[in-house]
Amino acid sequence: MGALLITMVNLFQYDFIIRGLVAGLIIAIIAPVIGIFLVLKRYSLIADTLSHVSLAGIAIGLLLGINPLFTAIAATTVSSVIIDKLRLSRKVYGESALALFLAGSLALAVVLISISHGFNSTLFNYLFGSIATVTSNDIITISLMGFIVLISIILLYKELLYTTFDEISAQVGGINVKLIDTIFIILSAITISLAIPTVGILLISALIVIPVITALQFRKSFLPSIFIAQALSIFSVVIGVVVSFYFNIAPGGTIVLISLLIFAIVQFLTS
Amino acid sequence: MTYPDHSKNIVEIKNMSFSYFKDYPVLKDISLNIHYGDYLGIIGPNGGGKSTLIKLILGLLKPNSGSIKVTASSVGYVAQKTNDIDARFPVTVYDVVSMGRFPQKGLFKGLNKTDREIIDKALAQVKMTNFKDRLIGNLSGGQEQKVYIARALAQESQIIFLDEPTSGVDEASRHDFYGLLKKLNQDLGITLVLISHDIDMITREVTEVAVVDGGITYYNGKSIPVRFHH
Repeated sequence: MGALLITMVNLFQYDFIIRGLVAGLIIAIIAPVIGIFLVLKRYSLIADTLSHVSLAGIAIGLLLGINPLFTAIAATTVSSVIIDKLRLSRKVYGESALALFLAGSLALAVVLISISHGFNSTLFNYLFGSIATVTSNDIITISLMGFIVLISIILLYKELLYTTFDEISAQVGGINVKLIDTIFIILSAITISLAIPTVGILLISALIVIPVITALQFRKSFLPSIFIAQALSIFSVVIGVVVSFYFNIAPGGTIVLISLLIFAIVQFLTS
Repeated sequence: MTYPDHSKNIVEIKNMSFSYFKDYPVLKDISLNIHYGDYLGIIGPNGGGKSTLIKLILGLLKPNSGSIKVTASSVGYVAQKTNDIDARFPVTVYDVVSMGRFPQKGLFKGLNKTDREIIDKALAQVKMTNFKDRLIGNLSGGQEQKVYIARALAQESQIIFLDEPTSGVDEASRHDFYGLLKKLNQDLGITLVLISHDIDMITREVTEVAVVDGGITYYNGKSIPVRFHH
């Protein structure tokens, strides 16, 4: 325990650790806010699909020499709107639309990676997350976009809550459900892209979903559930970063494993 | 309150037809007027188009031909107990009734003191004030449906559509629920449109009946010779 505390103090001597922690904390605050709506809409899997889409976006960015975070945000945003339109058109089942994009974007990413042989190690960092991946520019982007996502959710909170709880009554009552859905899916896409540097593409959906489903086990009302999920998420990120540094292991996987451990404990205590 | 003008239409349907698939009309050449203050029961066999008709009036579906005009300033909807709504959803009774105010506020505006007074009044009208902090999933079926009625009241709905609202609700709660509906119609003048399979209940409770089986047969008064046209 003492060694862990010393490690925590030593951690802050490194700029990249501070950057990683800041990025992680911003994600820990935003991800549950998006996650609770995704989970309750039974749409958790879109996080997984969009994270795969972001891989294609990152591959495009690396290939063209553009900041991969920007290309990931662009790719996930465009794809999220198309997925939502496909789902609402009812020509394709919702989960089939997700499968189409998951497979398609992964195929595109693999092809792009095979074209360029130069970014395998960088790509590995994006796949599994690495604190060292977070640059100062990323922090600015993550802070700015994270702020926009959070403010948008606060401003649209009542419409999002109503449409998530009872879409038909919300629509009958006069809420523009399609517009709210589109804005929300774009905000989800942005959040998923922002989480890439810290937790990695393959583990983003876990950070968005696990703290929320853990918080829901406490059977509290909506806002307290969000706050509990955020507290669990912040705890997982901080401890995950410290432990990963201490044991020299991947932070993304560590954060997600800690989240899962908390879920298991809560499930045991509340059952 | 001023009692609603029965001579005015709150819903006007003229020669309306609808089909989900071409050449298979669910509703054909339907005309129906619902007046302010009506308590209309809609009955008919399964697949006869009752729920489709409600969805068309609510604007959730578009007719293939003809017209539907709704003059109400605000429309409420209460779905079947078992449908659409997740009982595990983390919201309290108060949260759900508050939702009735959301469309009135518009984007980016929070609830104010007047809204909270309207919400409290709606809760009191359905006698659910004591349950306001309880999670929606911890209520009985009858209590849950009363909360959705309170939400429609908070929305200041002039007309409320109820689609099989008491399916899966026990007999005593059902009696209580229909007593509440009658009060809303008679004391507050709210127009009610109730879909049900329960013909005994319909003949006992409502003042007008429409039989929907592809087309509409409209009866005034409670004593009705109901025959389905197969």
